[in-house]
Amino acid sequence: MLLQSSLASPAIGTVFWTTLIFLLLLFLLWKFAWGPIMKAVSSREDMIHNALDAAEKVREEMKVLQADNEIILRKAREERDKILRDARVAYERMMSEAKEKSQSESDAMVRRARELIEREKVSAIVEVKREVARLAIEVASKVVGETLKSDTEQQKLIERYLKEIEANRN
Amino acid sequence: MLGLTVGTAESASSDTGKDETESNENGGKFDASTFIMDHVADSHEWHILTKKDGSNVAIYLPVIIYDKNSGLHIFSSEKLAHGHSYMGYAIAHEGKYAGKIVRVSRDGYHDGSKPPLDLSITKAVFGMMVASIILLLIMLGLARSYKRSGISAPKGFQGFLEPIILFVRDDIAIPNIGENKYSRFMPYLLTVFFFILINNLLGLIPFFPFGANVTGNVNVTFVLAFITFLITQFSGNRSHWRHVFAAPGVPFWLLPIMIPIEIIGLFSKPFALMIRLFANITAGHIIVLSLVALIFIFESVFIAPISIFFVLFMDCIELLVAFLQAYVFTLLSALFIGMATAEPEHH
Repeated sequence: MLLQSSLASPAIGTVFWTTLIFLLLLFLLWKFAWGPIMKAVSSREDMIHNALDAAEKVREEMKVLQADNEIILRKAREERDKILRDARVAYERMMSEAKEKSQSESDAMVRRARELIEREKVSAIVEVKREVARLAIEVASKVVGETLKSDTEQQKLIERYLKEIEANRN
Repeated sequence: MLGLTVGTAESASSDTGKDETESNENGGKFDASTFIMDHVADSHEWHILTKKDGSNVAIYLPVIIYDKNSGLHIFSSEKLAHGHSYMGYAIAHEGKYAGKIVRVSRDGYHDGSKPPLDLSITKAVFGMMVASIILLLIMLGLARSYKRSGISAPKGFQGFLEPIILFVRDDIAIPNIGENKYSRFMPYLLTVFFFILINNLLGLIPFFPFGANVTGNVNVTFVLAFITFLITQFSGNRSHWRHVFAAPGVPFWLLPIMIPIEIIGLFSKPFALMIRLFANITAGHIIVLSLVALIFIFESVFIAPISIFFVLFMDCIELLVAFLQAYVFTLLSALFIGMATAEPEHH
């Protein structure tokens, strides 16, 4: 039954028309449909692919940039620390130098004052000695008086006594 | 369309043997086998319905015959309806050339000569033309919408078709043919996929101008399989032919056996393609029609709900089969092409 019916029997006409229609369809679709469609699809895929690649690249660059920033920041921080440290050192040095200088100046002033005082003291003592001698002579001349007329003899006597005193003191 | 006429004609059921429902109404026994075969088989007219008074409404498709003696004849198949003969031609109803247009003698009997070359637009051809035009319109529209929208995201109908196109590319062509060579075969694979798919789907719609059994026609599947065969053989590389005539690793004394087997293999692959598509689609149609025929066999309207339920169920399966067979045909075509174009592996 199946083979007798036209179901499975060869029909040249159907083969002819099928070939014609299919090849025509293939040609038209190839030229006007599949070409543009596949091109559009693949160009879109390329675009998406490229966009993803670009995004990935940008991300990588961002990462590098961020790392760079980190390094720069760290360097800046180190620089700042260093500057601060140096400043502190300089400050301290300056302070100590200033202190030393003022100390030595004041020391020198004190020393000079002391020397002056010493000198004044010596000259004062000499003055006092001279005044005492003159007073003693005056007193002695008044007491011993009149007997010793000659001033030169008196002076000689006094100097002799003074020498004796000096000698005794030594 | 040339010679395409819609007509109603008085039926003469005794000599057509075609209008089964009508023969049922006339009190004749309902022949489910004839009923089914008439719907599944190709014909020169497109029967739409039979009226209560026994007359038919049908689309009469053009008959184109080329006779070696008298040349080309083009006329409407209405002239041949119901066993009439026209210009010495009639449709044979029995014998070797049943269903074909044969030369008849004056008294209306087949003179036994070889039938003339019949290039008629039959039901299958007409259905295929309709399907092709629809497919062309869809795909050209799709191409235009791609041109218009450029590379933006697909929308609407584009969004429905693009995954199918990408499926053919990414799951059929590339895995079987390979990244480098697939693009050459994409137009064929896409065309054959959508051609089979749309003919399968339209074959499920039971109204004119759909419902023709196109992909269940062995001549149609033969052409498709033959084109796959040609593409496979013409794109076959050295290693493909070496595999046929000097299969590597086969001892030379086995070659006299192996070569014929390999040559048979070249043909059996597309032959299997042809039979698989034809048989699957035809089987689906036969099952649906059998379920409908149950109503007439039992001659009871109460069978109808059951029939309708099962037909609905079968149609759902057929919908799946429509996609599946388009996929399988395309997949195997791609596989055969891929095998023929594969670079030899170095072991």
